[in-house]
Amino acid sequence: MNDAQELDGILAAHHGREGALLPILHDVQAAHGFISEDAVRTIAKALNLTRAEVHGVVSFYHDFREAPELRPVLKLCRAESCQARGVEAMVAALPDNSRVAVETVYCLGLCSVGPAAMVGDTVHGRLDTARLGALVESLA
Amino acid sequence: MTIVRISDDAAALACGADAVAAAFASAGCTVERVSTWGMHWLEPLAEIDGSGFGPLEPADVAAVLAGSSPKAIGQIEQHPFLARQQRFTFARAGRTRPLSLEDYAATGGWAGVKRARELGPEATIAEVTGSGLRGRGGAGFPAGIKWTTVAKAAGPVKYIVCNADEGDSATFADRMVMEGDPFMLIEGMAIAGFAVGAGKGYIYVRSEYPHAITKLQSAIALAVPHIAPFEVEVRVGAGSYVCGEETSLLNSLEGKRGEVRAKPPLPALEGLFGKPTVVNNVLTLAAVPFILANGAQAYADVGFGRSRGTMPIQLAGNIKHGGLYEVGFGITLGELVNEIGGGTATGRPVRAVQVGGPLGAFHPPADFPLPFDYEAFAAADGLIGHAGLTVFDDSADMSAQARFAMSFCAAESCGKCTPCRIGSTRGVELIDRIRARSGRRPGKVEALPQMHNARKAPRKLGDEIELLEDLCETMKFGSLCALGGFTPYPVLSALKHWPEDFGIAVPDQEAAE
Ligand SMILES: Cc1cc2nc3c(=O)[nH]c(=O)nc-3n(C[C@H](O)[C@H](O)[C@H](O)COP(=O)(O)O)c2cc1C
Ligand code: SF4
Ligand code: FES
Repeated sequence: MNDAQELDGILAAHHGREGALLPILHDVQAAHGFISEDAVRTIAKALNLTRAEVHGVVSFYHDFREAPELRPVLKLCRAESCQARGVEAMVAALPDNSRVAVETVYCLGLCSVGPAAMVGDTVHGRLDTARLGALVESLA
Repeated sequence: MTIVRISDDAAALACGADAVAAAFASAGCTVERVSTWGMHWLEPLAEIDGSGFGPLEPADVAAVLAGSSPKAIGQIEQHPFLARQQRFTFARAGRTRPLSLEDYAATGGWAGVKRARELGPEATIAEVTGSGLRGRGGAGFPAGIKWTTVAKAAGPVKYIVCNADEGDSATFADRMVMEGDPFMLIEGMAIAGFAVGAGKGYIYVRSEYPHAITKLQSAIALAVPHIAPFEVEVRVGAGSYVCGEETSLLNSLEGKRGEVRAKPPLPALEGLFGKPTVVNNVLTLAAVPFILANGAQAYADVGFGRSRGTMPIQLAGNIKHGGLYEVGFGITLGELVNEIGGGTATGRPVRAVQVGGPLGAFHPPADFPLPFDYEAFAAADGLIGHAGLTVFDDSADMSAQARFAMSFCAAESCGKCTPCRIGSTRGVELIDRIRARSGRRPGKVEALPQMHNARKAPRKLGDEIELLEDLCETMKFGSLCALGGFTPYPVLSALKHWPEDFGIAVPDQEAAE
């Protein structure tokens, strides 16, 4: 199945749903890894929106990517409770590893067992410099 | 066969609960996955015949089964952390399997919705009003009044929207409800729907909570016969903090940018798709089954002043005993941090406690006598918010925390109003200059003769501090919602209580000269 067919399938699955745009964008990103310009065009047409409207939504939310991220992604929490547990020093000590994308998120709800990170749906708590470094290495 | 109970809450998983569960299973035990007791520093916590062991690693399993583990903590229920709590909303925490309808029914599940149906919609709302329940999402608005407005609004289509965006750092109680006791939330929504005449409910969950999303979806499918004709659907956010603000959330649910809407119209009258809508926090809705099942009075009997009932307080950050502590309002901040939380995890002195997430004030230990109560915190220039506590030890740099508050506001601003969108960015720059003690000379444009109102003299540290206070004032009173409006709380509290971190106690370095 090519991307265009896949997109048609997603649009069909959400047909008639109220407020369908976010669920559609989530599905497209899950399938393609990002929201392409072509996808924006097709989605806009299907939902009777302008491309600008769809683009406005895609660019508003931190989760949606407009370009693919081909590297493994580690989401590292750098919100207050993880800061209080020393995450900033850990970030400073992170070894350079250009093969892993370390992205900042603000809170994973693991604030009692931070510093915390998430890879896919897998959560990691009680990180320290060594454990975070090992986690990054394991993804590379 | 030994039955071992281990939580599958995300906090337990993050600490390695799956590996410990697997180790017990390969040692021949039957493993049951339950919700968490909320003693997160002990996770992964295993329970065998009521006795607890934690925090465990797979290598500890043999000793636990041999009865020789040094990680035994005795009978869990008698643990001092639990003994003093009043668990209404978290009554099942640690005790039931989250997706077991059997466990739910055996522990009083569905009694609330049953009684609501017996009472009828009006008397159901009267119970909620009588309980004194206030919104747990932060603003503390009485739930019964909101429900009454929606019930009285005209129109055949109404909605219940559960705000599960839980974006504040130091908060995870919503997550624990969704992962640990999802039927209770669904029951609370069904009661709300019955009371106000809404047929459909949405739970807007942040995307950072994949485990909660999966559990809710399974729970909703299982709960259908108990809540029909009411329907519930999960919708997933997309990484935007401001989407926790109720009108921004509604826009997001409608498939739009999460921009805040001006009020009026109130969401209660024109909410989701323009229809009358109840927007309530997870904890607000989750408190409802207890209130209906046990009566308004049972809830209202507990509390402090106008804050009735219990508050699930979340202890986080640099704290020894982090986790969930549900108790009647009125407990003091100092009791929570020192007695219950055991002070800092690092063992160093507490320097600051931020209460209420990124928009909440930083409190010095001098504030420890403050009782946990909406009004008392407001009077101390703070807020309870969603009742998360972030503890910092004496290594914290409070001007750096103030800078973070501004940068968070800049990153998450919806962009609708200038004081928040631009002010937060200027705030970051200003605090950077204050931290560098660099002062500031007028820029090229400011120096132009046409710029009559622009200041021509260089700014010194004192001027910059004054400017920061002025900026905070503008944000406080000129912002449409609490993101821009409350960001000054952490900034100004840091400045007020720790001026030395802003260079104020040291002599003015005239670096700009
Ligand atoms: C920036 C901002 C973020 C918010 N985030 C949340 C949130 O994550 N969860 C929540 O329940 N309320 C949040 N609120 C409060 C909601 O606007 C609203 O008051 C609440 O959902 C009403 O429910 P309640 O009356 O049950 O508290 C936020 C408000 C603001 C201004
Ligand atoms: S204060 Fe900030 S987040 Fe709130 S409406 Fe204004 S710009 Fe949007
Ligand atoms: S602050 Fe890092 S998980 Fe909440």
